[in-house]
Amino acid sequence: MRDTTDSIRLGTMRPGHRGRITHFDAAHLNGEGADLSDRLREMGFAENLIVEVLHQSPFGRDPIAVRVGSMTVALRRMDANIVVVTSI
Amino acid sequence: MTAKTSLVAVVGNPNCGKSALFNALTGLRQKVANYPGATVERRAGPLLGDNRVELIDLPGTYSLTPRSPDEAVTRDVLSGKYSAEGKPDAILCVVDATNLAQHLRFVLELKSLGIPMVVALNMTDLAAREKISIDSKALSEKLVMPVIETVAVRSRGLAELKEQMLGLLQVPVASPVEYATDVKSLQTLARRIADKVTLSEGLGHKTTRVLDRVLLHPVAGPIILFSLLFLMFQAVFSWATAPADMIDDSFVALQGFVDTALPDIWIKSFINDGIVAGVGAVVVFLPQILILFAFILLLESSGYMARAAFLMDRLMASVGLNGRAFIPLLSSFACAIPGIMAARTISDEKDRLTTILIAPLMTCSARIPVYTVIIAAFIPNTKVLGFFGLQGLVMFAMFAFGIIAALIVAAVLKRTVVKGKAQTFMLELPKYQTPNLKYVLIGLYERARVFLRRAGTIILVSTMVLWVLSTFPAPPADAEGPAILYSMVGIIGRGLAVIFEPIGFNWEISAALVPGMAAREVAVAALGTVYSLSGNEDVVANSLQHMLGNAWSLPTALSFLAWYIFAPQCLSTIAVTRRETGGWKWTSFMIAYLFVLAYGASFVTYQVSSFLLS
Repeated sequence: MRDTTDSIRLGTMRPGHRGRITHFDAAHLNGEGADLSDRLREMGFAENLIVEVLHQSPFGRDPIAVRVGSMTVALRRMDANIVVVTSI
Repeated sequence: MTAKTSLVAVVGNPNCGKSALFNALTGLRQKVANYPGATVERRAGPLLGDNRVELIDLPGTYSLTPRSPDEAVTRDVLSGKYSAEGKPDAILCVVDATNLAQHLRFVLELKSLGIPMVVALNMTDLAAREKISIDSKALSEKLVMPVIETVAVRSRGLAELKEQMLGLLQVPVASPVEYATDVKSLQTLARRIADKVTLSEGLGHKTTRVLDRVLLHPVAGPIILFSLLFLMFQAVFSWATAPADMIDDSFVALQGFVDTALPDIWIKSFINDGIVAGVGAVVVFLPQILILFAFILLLESSGYMARAAFLMDRLMASVGLNGRAFIPLLSSFACAIPGIMAARTISDEKDRLTTILIAPLMTCSARIPVYTVIIAAFIPNTKVLGFFGLQGLVMFAMFAFGIIAALIVAAVLKRTVVKGKAQTFMLELPKYQTPNLKYVLIGLYERARVFLRRAGTIILVSTMVLWVLSTFPAPPADAEGPAILYSMVGIIGRGLAVIFEPIGFNWEISAALVPGMAAREVAVAALGTVYSLSGNEDVVANSLQHMLGNAWSLPTALSFLAWYIFAPQCLSTIAVTRRETGGWKWTSFMIAYLFVLAYGASFVTYQVSSFLLS
């Protein structure tokens, strides 16, 4: 079991929060998630990398801007939820 | 190397400085064209100093698994599946030195193609400033291919890059293929290599963090965005006045010259009323179009455009669109054609279609001539609330009506004909950069060339045809009224006027709408021709607006403005839409819905304003 208590999804984090990526889990997207996981990897998300939520949209707090490695990626919270992190 | 031309594909992740490097390697000799079938810009040009090497700038992509139509072109060209393009003889892969691990994954993926490859380790100046140090020699050994450090914007490392590229074309050796092909393994491998060759880690891009704190601030961010847009439109109208007047004056001087130099026969009317008046009426708007494009290119090359998309995503999502649609829609203010083409970066097919369908509602620069003339003729130049010019406000309102209409249409379409599942929005926010002047200038040069070519071809031909149609057949000897009334244009105009009478258009307007289909700005030129041939010497002596002010009623003018918010688009837009949507189905839908909206809006405007003013 990887989903321990300190395991949270990227899409639920607030600006300023940091975490280390543990794995990708797209179960909540009913089969459309495999491609999205690949896409997140292509955009620079990978296990063990540190992510930090930098900004959120002024309108409805969605999408968010996330720093991952040396990149900043903007994405919607629903898609960010595929990324599971342990907070640090 | 033989005399035959070798093709080198320039590829890389978005934001790696690929286009800057391409510009530095080809200079101004690049040619922008479209791929047949798929409207994606094909940017290619011979290598500076060696005409036998043709460089082709492929759309930036993160992987060979395409997420959007433009990325599909990159994959197809590289794999030799693209029929209109030979398989490249070599690949020049551009890699951002400040983001090595990420970009290396793509390099490893490209190795699977078995094409000889050179890596340009670009932005090494930025890397140095961020205290990142990379052993490019070690990287070259790990990848088994030449790696050259470059700074594209300062043309550094280009000589060595050319040398390696030519050497590779002479003795084509493909690097060994990586065995792993799935994203995860390539990602792991890329990180391992990056770790080994990186001598010191970076501090990150401090300027970007500081700037983002302001530009993406919950309150300041949107205010800055809207102020920028306001400034942009303000600039288009105020800064362009002086150069536009100069162009106008020179065309008037040309007419004066022709007037004195030629005898009073038909050829004089043909040159003055047909060609000079028609082309001049259009070329005057070159400054406005260039200012608009300059803003868009500056926003793009500074890295701000992606932030604008981020800020706008939520608002766009409320009408079922994607933040990415903001960029094509903003470009559509310059011209719907690059806007519709830019929509190819939107991955979701339904989103892309909706964006294409509403792009013509953004007030393109070709409509500015039409609005300017009408507003100048009918809206008094008074101040509202002390400092807002009423004419400027009306112009602003015209843009606003277009945007509001576009949002409503998008929301309706998304709930009816292009219904689709929830889509994603994923966009890299690149580092801020001082806008690359060369990139902006090349872009502007390109736009000016396209615009003037249009003025010299489509617009020239249609004004010439219009002159002929409005001069022949000649009126009978006992004719009353202006001669043009008896010409082909008069006949067509009077025929159409029956349809357009309920929205207040007279036969002159109806006649001008037809050539206006070739390009919207031609409508102004056409009005000029029609009225100047109506024997109204004011047009040459005075300006068109002066004359319209006397000839039209205010409701007619307002109705004409309303018509042009929706105006059935020009032929080029229709052609691009057909190619982009892959057929006539959505194209005819677009033409039909715009025509209906245009007629409806004009009808309401004309009837209501007639009622209020009577």
